[in-house]
Order: sequence, then structure tokens, then C-alpha cells
Amino acid sequence: MRFIPHTPSEVQHMLEVIGAPDVESLFQSIPEPLRLGRALDLTPAVGEQQLSDELTALAEANTNAATHDWFLGAGTYPHFIPAAIDSLASRAEFLTAYTPYQPEISQGTLQAIFEWQTMISSLVGLEVANASMYDGASASAEAALMAMRLTRRSKLVVAHGMHPHFLEVLRTYVGGLGAEVRVAKASASGLSTPLDALVDDATACVLVQRPNFYGCIEDLEPLAELAHARGALLVTVVGEALSLALLQPPGAAGADIVCGEAQSFGVPMSFGGPHLGFLATGKKQLRQLPGRLVGQTVDSHKRRGFVLTLATREQHIRRERATSNICTNQGLCLLMATIYLSLMGRSGLRKLAELNLAKAEFAKARVRETPGLELVHAAPSFNEFAVRVPDSAQAALARALAAGCVGGLDLAPYAPELGNAVLVCTTELATREAIERLVSSLAANPT
Amino acid sequence: MSDDMSDDAIRETPPLRTRNVGRGFSYEEPLIFERSRPGRIGYSLPDLDVPAVDPAAVLPEKLIRSDEPELPELSEIDVIRHFTRLSTWNAAVDLGIYPLGSCTMKHNPRINEKLARLPGFAAGHPLQPAALCQGFLALVWRLEQQLAEISGMDQVSLQPAAGAQGELAGIMMIRAYHERAGQRRTHMMIPDTAHGTNPASAALNQYEVITIPSGEDGILHPQDVAERMTPEVAGIMLTNPNTLGLFEVHVAEIAEIVHAEGGLVYGDGANLNAILGVARPGDLGIDVMHFNLHKTFSTPHGGGGPGAGPIGVKNLLVPHLPGPRVVQLDGDSSPRYQLDSDLPHSIGRLHGGFGNSGMLVRAYCYIRSLGPEGLRRCAEMAVLNANYLLAKLKDRFHVPYPGGVMHECVLSDRNLHDTGVTTLDIAKRLIDHGYHPPTIYFPLIVPGAIMIEPTESESLEELDRFASALLEIEREAREDPEIVKGAPHSTRHSRLNETQAARRPILRWQDPKQLETDSETSSGSSGSSSESS
Repeated sequence: MRFIPHTPSEVQHMLEVIGAPDVESLFQSIPEPLRLGRALDLTPAVGEQQLSDELTALAEANTNAATHDWFLGAGTYPHFIPAAIDSLASRAEFLTAYTPYQPEISQGTLQAIFEWQTMISSLVGLEVANASMYDGASASAEAALMAMRLTRRSKLVVAHGMHPHFLEVLRTYVGGLGAEVRVAKASASGLSTPLDALVDDATACVLVQRPNFYGCIEDLEPLAELAHARGALLVTVVGEALSLALLQPPGAAGADIVCGEAQSFGVPMSFGGPHLGFLATGKKQLRQLPGRLVGQTVDSHKRRGFVLTLATREQHIRRERATSNICTNQGLCLLMATIYLSLMGRSGLRKLAELNLAKAEFAKARVRETPGLELVHAAPSFNEFAVRVPDSAQAALARALAAGCVGGLDLAPYAPELGNAVLVCTTELATREAIERLVSSLAANPT
Repeated sequence: MSDDMSDDAIRETPPLRTRNVGRGFSYEEPLIFERSRPGRIGYSLPDLDVPAVDPAAVLPEKLIRSDEPELPELSEIDVIRHFTRLSTWNAAVDLGIYPLGSCTMKHNPRINEKLARLPGFAAGHPLQPAALCQGFLALVWRLEQQLAEISGMDQVSLQPAAGAQGELAGIMMIRAYHERAGQRRTHMMIPDTAHGTNPASAALNQYEVITIPSGEDGILHPQDVAERMTPEVAGIMLTNPNTLGLFEVHVAEIAEIVHAEGGLVYGDGANLNAILGVARPGDLGIDVMHFNLHKTFSTPHGGGGPGAGPIGVKNLLVPHLPGPRVVQLDGDSSPRYQLDSDLPHSIGRLHGGFGNSGMLVRAYCYIRSLGPEGLRRCAEMAVLNANYLLAKLKDRFHVPYPGGVMHECVLSDRNLHDTGVTTLDIAKRLIDHGYHPPTIYFPLIVPGAIMIEPTESESLEELDRFASALLEIEREAREDPEIVKGAPHSTRHSRLNETQAARRPILRWQDPKQLETDSETSSGSSGSSSESS
């Protein structure tokens, strides 16, 4: 076995040092009746070459963004990933290290996390951000739990348009804590109906996703005012992190906690994970922030360095009184996003966001002028929007597939009230030609 | 090749040098923001093939960002040098033994990395129709079957993103099971050797924790469980082998006690590597467990993650598994693999997608590469390595729980109390010798614990060097304690001031120029990141 170095003579030597007759005797503390007593019933081992063949065959059985023009977003976004990211993140010193418990020999990881904390907190317009959560969904759930701790209240008000999977995960997380979850209805524009009737003095927070699941952009300021007037917090959820480069920072609009999914920053779609949840807040709420945090300090020679800090919030110190049970997080995805944002820089990220906007506006214009199609919502959007198709969404998406496009998400399971609707995402990967092909294929059967 | 190595060859190995680091390149590197130069770019964008859009023409003015985020301006080579230099300041498995106890820092095969990057996996989407991702769903289904066989559990869900999320899911299922039976149980039993995630996960389900003390032999005893097992107790969370590296010999009897009162048994799979192919949690009375794919099944730890924390359950908990679930239809059906979301008793969804799918691909590759014999060989050599280190060290270091261990051994600093040298000092001095220190001060029941898990990946000579370094440090502690207390001496940074970091938290870089402007309006602003050397 090429992963295990021991030769028979080495094993013998080691057994002699231990004073054990054979390897089997090392397991004597396992009572005989509890032992398996047979080989595991698994297929025999394969070598590297056979494994490559097997996995290549499995991979080729999947339609993907390399085989098709890709218009399916809905929380996981197809973006171009510069080659430098994988090259750097594959470096063994990043890839095969673990949580930086020993700062003197983990400064690479620690400094990168500090840089990420700076970038993401600035993007969302708040003072502090942690060193990642699992994904946007669990980050949203942790944000809600944090709001419950901060306010000592247990009612959660969710604006219309939170990603349905984020909402499901939120419900799963708070299910054991007796929290009440109230979800607002949709208005015709695609934004949330007013929340005034839902928010009261028992409300811990208002959660609003921007842009929402249907791509519509909510104005956060009135929601912040409403929440704050009742002593509740505003939690803003970001499903498409690239939008932060173009839209008002949620923190500047009054959000107390901003969380979401940063997969768009250089992390592959990879069937939904590993992705990159983030969570940011103001300094005042720092002690209730879950997850790892890296802080700046000095060594004994007064040289600047970085360490994991404020660990008294965490499970390995505080155990059942910790702010969260999270331990392993999404460190390498955080590194990838930090490299991505370093390459894009302040000008590149904004330009890319504007490029996404231009593609979406072009696609929306094409939809408006195509008979049989219409835009479902009137609210402003970023790079994603819902289209009503003439027949069933399934039929329209099948036509798109025949035209070489994974054309978007059938919204029927999520919002049947919208009729035959498809959620379409256009990023920088979508060429004009592909957009035109998609729109005409969604519209009608080719004659 | 090593296969030819005889006993003679081993004896002829040259005398060991305990240090495996020396002088070398060590680059200075500022924060990336301090490298920034206005006007530099590190990106290229595709040509705009559609009409340009002024954001103000389509978005309300107040919704448009007016400030620039704190991102640097750099060329590609600047960015590559920055992160390459940072990488050189890290210890890593690929540089040498990384013996963090209970973390299973084993070798990460590169073929797994390559295959997980195939576009058919990396460029797939969690919401694409099942008919368009049959290869991925087949892999998920097969991995679930493999993990079920390895663990002796009936069914597996791959959704949790890490061990702690798997624990959370498991405890939620236990709660759901009791609630479905009309019972409101309020307490969870957890041994005093447990990982901190166990009580934290129980608390997220509003369970009060009952701590079960370990016996003098470091393991749980049935009567200590029986005394505390009441109808109010939902169950017990076990780690087996436990964090002392000891097999919980009475696990079956303990499970019977808990089951007899209607409770369930949770298995923390962090230490599964020790028993692969030898014993199975499902055969020990465990009802629900999580796996750490980044430990036992070699997906890389990535500087803190991503991991993956699948959960396995016995049939009685299957209705409560998180959804959706991947189901295999019979051979004639098309598509053969589908998603089942009709799960009325499920605890619900835990992840926005399928879980950390890329890690699932890697773990599948690992299991396929090892097969049944290879997996068992992992356990055997991991246990051999831990016992070998213990044999080399036990005469000079205090061993709180003497006897044979499984995959990890726990020492303490007690023998060195008269020197003033502590476990932290020993850990830091190990760095000077070129080794990542073990887990320290855990488990909590051992004062000054030094918890060493070498894994099966380490060769005899690496173990010998590591043991010699520890023995050398023990000698230094007696002869020259100051050199140990001042360690590390060889790293870019000497010991870092963690107290200062926590007392005055600086959690992000702030532009010194911006800070000057700020301080004119509000005094007491802090947070500048200036290098003082």
C-alpha cells in the first residue's frame, strides 16, 4: 500500500520495542465479541490508473459548466476562476496544514485569514468578520442564533425571498431551541410585503436576503429602521457575494449582522460544496460571534504576528456554553477567496460586477422583446431574474438543454404562484450569443 | 526500495539528528494591503459583448455602492509571491509529522485532489436535475454504502459539512426520535474525556449536560453510567477509542444500560481510524455516529477545513435523517439515482447543497484506493505507531494511563514540574526541532496533557526522530530549562502574545492614513498594523 511506509522488518522491529508478539495483540483491549472477525465487504482496492478511469467515467456522466452554457445560479454561481487560485491553494503548506493552533508555525494561514477578515468586513460594511462558516445556509442560521443570544428573544422574522434551502437550514438549526419563524409573503414586484405586522417586541431579528432568491434587490434601510424601532436586529443574507461590489454595503444601510455565501469569489460550484459561509458584525456584538477569529499581536521581540483569538467564545474552551459548536470550518475556501479578491482588487471586482449587471440587463431586454416570454418581477436586479415561459418550465428548460444550455431553475417547486417561471442567472461566463440562444429556446419550440 | 530493507539495514541507519530544520530562506512579507500600489491590476475580464450599462440607469441611486471596499491593487506576480511566501511560514503534513491528537493528520493522496477537480465534479451544480448528474449521485450512493459497511450502521447521509455539524444532526435525530415517541428528555450524558464539540452540540438542542467521570483506568464504567441514566436522559455521547487513546471496553454494556432506559447512544467518529476493519461502531451498540472524512478518510485539512461529517444511523433513526436523500432505483429505471425529499420525519436540511461534495469525491477515491485490506492496514499501522512512540517515551515522560493504547497516546508534563517546564514549553521547543507539536492540554482530565496521534503515514525513522526530539527536550528541561521556556528560537516569530491579542482585539487591517483621518473626528481609535521590527 503506497500510502503506508512500513516494511515487514520495520514492523517486526517496532513490535520488539513495544514488547508485543504481533500486530493483532495491539488490539487486545477490544473484547473478542465486539470484533468484526471478517474482512470488510468492500470492492477490492484499485491502483491510481484504474481509479482515474473509474472517476473520469463518473465525472463524464455529469452535465456541467464546462460542457454546457450555464444559466443556473440560485445560490451557487458560475464564475470564471483565475488559474493562480488553484495553483496557490494547492500548495501543500496550505492544503495539508490544519487549524492554526500553533501560531509560530502557522503564520501563513493566520495572516491569510486576517486578510480575509479585512476584505469581507469591508465588503459588507461592518467592523469584524470571522474565519468562515460552512456555507451561506449555516451562516444564516448561526446569524439568527447570534441575534437570539444578543436580544434574548426567540422570534425570527424572515423577509420574502430568502433562499429556500437557507430557510430550511435555519428552521433545522432553531428547531431545538423553541424559536418561532415567521416568513413574509411576496409582493407583486418581487420584493417582500411590509414586515410591520410581523415584527414585534419579541422579535430577535429580521432576516432579509439581498438580492433575494428571485434576484430582486431590497432596500435595506427601511427594514433596519423597522427592526431597530422594536429592539430587533437586522440580519442581511447575501447569496451572491459579487453583488457586494456594486450594491450599498449592508452595514452602511443599518444591518447589524451580515452573513452569506462567498463561493462566487473563486470557489468552484462543486455540487454545492465546499463553499464559503461568512459572518460579520459590529465590534459591540463581537463576544457573541461564533467561529474562529484571527487577531493581530506581537511576539516577544515585538514583531507583528497573528494568532487565533477570543477563543473563550468557542467550544473547545467553553464547551456547552460556547457560541457555536463549529470547529473545522472552510479554511481552504477562505484562502481561495482571499486570493481571488487580491487578484480582482478594488477596481476589478467592481468592473466584474458591472459586467454581470450588463449581461443580465441585456438578457432581460431580450426577454422583454421576445413574444411568449416576460419578466416575472419589476424590482431591480443584479445578475439573476425570473422569466415566465409560455408553457411549462420543464418543457422550456428541455428546449434550452437541447440548445446546449442549462437554462436556469424551474421555480415551480419553490414558488408555484409564479406560474411557469424559470430563474435565470447571467454572469461573465454568458456570451451574448449564448444568451440569445437561451432566450429563443425558452420562448418556443423551434419550427 | 524499502521492501528490501532488512534488520541489518535498520541498524545501519546513521545516528539520528533530532532537528530536521536549519537555516533557509525566510522571506519577509507584509500584509497584502501594504503591498498595494494604485493602478496595478491582477485580473483580466472578457470583452463586453453586450451594451454597457450605467448602474445608475437601472438601480436606484441609494442602492449603489459609493465607497470602495478595502481590496488591494496588485499584479498577478505580486499576488503569487505574497501567498507563496505566506505558505512557507506554515508547518504541514507534507513537510513532516503533524501529530495532533484526535485530528488524524494522515497523508493526503494527490490523485484524489486531481480527480475532485475534474469538471464533471468541480463544475457541477447542486440544483441541476438528477438526470443530469447521474455520475455524481452514483458516487454519493456508493460512498454511503461504503461508510455503512465500514461502520456497521444501516444507512448514511453525507450532508453535514464537518464533524461538529454531523454531531448536531445526530443529536437532533435523537431528539426527534424521543419527541416522536412523545417523550421530552432533557439531559445528555457526556464523558469527561469528550471533545468540546459534544457538549456544544448537545446545548444547541437544549440538552443539559451530565458529565460522566472516567474511571481510574481512563475509561467509562457501567455503574457510573447506570447511576445517571434516568428517563430524563436522552442518551450518551461516546468517543471510542476515547481521547486518551483507550478503547471503551465496556461500550456494549453501557449501550445496554442506556437502551434499557429508552436512551440512545451517539458515537463520535473522530477516532474511527483506530478500528477500521477491526471493529465497527454499529456492532458496539452505537445508534448514530458521525464520520470525519478529513480525518479517517484523508481529505486534506486545508488549514482548518473544509471537512465533511457524514452521519450513519441504525434503522430506528433512518426516518429522521436529513434530506433530501439520494435513492437508487432498480436497474431498468431512468434516471437510476434520484433525490427523495418526501421525508416527513426528517430533521430537515443542514446544508445549502449536498454537503461538502468535493470532499466526498476525495473520500470515495481514498476508500477505493485502499480497499478492505488497506483500510484495516491503516488501523493496524496507526495503532502500531502510537504504541511505538509510547514505548520510546514512557520511561521519561509521565503516562497518566499506563498500558497499551490504540491510535494515540497521552503523556503529561508532570515529571518536569520541578524544572518549571510546562507542556506549552515542550510543544514550543518541539518546533525548534522541526516538528508540529501534538495536541496539548487536552483531554481536560489530564493536567498538562500531550496528546500524540502519529497516524499510519509516519515511517519508523520519522517516529524515531520525533521521539528523540522529545527525549532531548526532556533532557534540556533538566539541564537548561530556560532554552525550553523561551522556545521557539528558530522560527520567524518567537512566542506570540495571545493575551494581548485577546485584550485589545485587532481583527482587521486598517489603512494608517484612514486612521489618522478618523482620529481627528473620534479619539481613541486603534488598530494600526505597523511592523515594529
